[in-house]
Amino acid sequence: MDLFFFSLFAFIALICAVNVVLQKHPISSALSLVGVMASLAVLYLLLGAEFVAMSQVIVYAGAVMVLFVFVIMLLNAGIEVHHGRSWMAKLLGFPAFLAILGLLCFFVQRGFPNVGSVRFGDWEGGGAQQVGYALFTEYLLPFEVTSVLILIAIIGAIVLARKELD
Amino acid sequence: MEFLVITLIKLALITFIFMTTLAYLQWVERKVIAHVQVRMGPSRVGPHGLLQPLADVIKLITKEGVMPPHVNGGYYLLAPFLAVFMALISISIIPFGGAIDIPAIQLAGKTFGPYHTMMELASVNMGVLMILAVSSMGVYGIALAGWSSNNKYALLGGLRSSAQMISYELPMSLAIASPLLTAGSLQLRGIADSQAGFYLGFVPKWAIFQMPAPQIFAFIIFMIAAFAETNRIPFDLPEAENELVAGFHVEYSSMTFASFFMAEYANMVTVCSVGTLLFLGGWQPLWPAALGSNFVAPAIFLGAGLICLYHGLNPARPFDRYTLPVFAVVFFGLAGLMAFPPLVPVLTPLFWFLAKVGFLLFVFIWIRATLPRFRYDQLMSFAWKFLFPAALLNLLVTGFLVALVP
Repeated sequence: MDLFFFSLFAFIALICAVNVVLQKHPISSALSLVGVMASLAVLYLLLGAEFVAMSQVIVYAGAVMVLFVFVIMLLNAGIEVHHGRSWMAKLLGFPAFLAILGLLCFFVQRGFPNVGSVRFGDWEGGGAQQVGYALFTEYLLPFEVTSVLILIAIIGAIVLARKELD
Repeated sequence: MEFLVITLIKLALITFIFMTTLAYLQWVERKVIAHVQVRMGPSRVGPHGLLQPLADVIKLITKEGVMPPHVNGGYYLLAPFLAVFMALISISIIPFGGAIDIPAIQLAGKTFGPYHTMMELASVNMGVLMILAVSSMGVYGIALAGWSSNNKYALLGGLRSSAQMISYELPMSLAIASPLLTAGSLQLRGIADSQAGFYLGFVPKWAIFQMPAPQIFAFIIFMIAAFAETNRIPFDLPEAENELVAGFHVEYSSMTFASFFMAEYANMVTVCSVGTLLFLGGWQPLWPAALGSNFVAPAIFLGAGLICLYHGLNPARPFDRYTLPVFAVVFFGLAGLMAFPPLVPVLTPLFWFLAKVGFLLFVFIWIRATLPRFRYDQLMSFAWKFLFPAALLNLLVTGFLVALVP
């Protein structure tokens, strides 16, 4: 059953991911990206990471992508016009993609040789309590540093937006 | 197998009751608004207009669904489907009461049961987060409807709706977070159970009264944000009819139009249920059973039956002589059911839960009949300059109180 759901949602995620690139209209691309985010959330859920799965939907599919769609609608972006691609891209595109994929597999294999295969439903540390405990004990410094980083981004946004008021 | 059958039965029951509620909620809304404005409301179809929802449904189904030629076909049809789907999915994780225990039955030589099941469809550990996730996905239906209609009014409605829902989701999430601090659980049933009990023997331990941090302000912020999230008056800017004709659903007709309405009412029911579970103690009664809270439900139905009987015997309108005694008999039957001892542990919590949800729904309708619409800039500055800081402050104070007071 787990394997069935994994294959189904992995397949949906892949289809949507390819669709993001292939679609000509920005809204279609953005909605395909929502599909990718939602299927990824299901994959997290299958692995037992409930909190991460729900945060994935709330933050990425519910907030970030809604803003994307909002901006696309606001700017009324039209259909992209494709110009003829260069012969380099046509010739080298797919082989280069395969090469990068191969390199990635190679380095993952090299870096983590003893990972073993994934088993569904084994892991139980994905609840809100465990995530919160880990964030405030083991990962306290990265967590706090990230919050400062986000604060800097917020102040930067305010500074940029204020320019026209002065 | 047993689990599957019980779940299917519950699924069918909940679907039927929920759909009927959605249809009749509109009748209730029209009647309440009419009486606030000293009118009669629907009164032609059936006694007291009780068959009006049925007539509306038949009308909407049999109407021709017109698809204008200038719309963006696929998304135009996807949008109402998305809106309804996201609105209906959250009801599946909301618990309405305690456990149902059916004792073993001997039937044709075989023993069935005993059965034990909870009054909910699915128990999710991350219930609160799932409600937030689903409600944040609900924006897509409205935004897409506005965009794919290729109509400037619809587009403006869709834009307003997405901006408004993103803005009010922040104070809403913060308001939801503060009772979670006192409850210490993300599961909706666990949160409701943590509010059981009484102070001094009669003050309920609902989150709005619970020491050390009463959540009354969080509840008010939650309700205000809920009005904006469900696009209800005074925040119904996405469909403001005197500015935008009908907003995001200008180009919709027939069933696709009806599905947006269904989504709005379903969202109202969901948000009221969540408010009840988080702040008003779910199915915990207002005062303890030792002081007779179990007799409230039969007493209310008995009173309603007596009033109906009195007005049926002294009719103000000719047809009241026949309709009101029927209602009186129905109310007496309900009172008897509520007082029937084997059913009391099942029906009393259900009654308290439904009474609280019904009260919150009534507040929604009451405010629609009372308040005018906000201006758009007022709506935004209210969310960001008042509601969000207030929710943040409330969360901070709650956190301190929960951490410092033992």
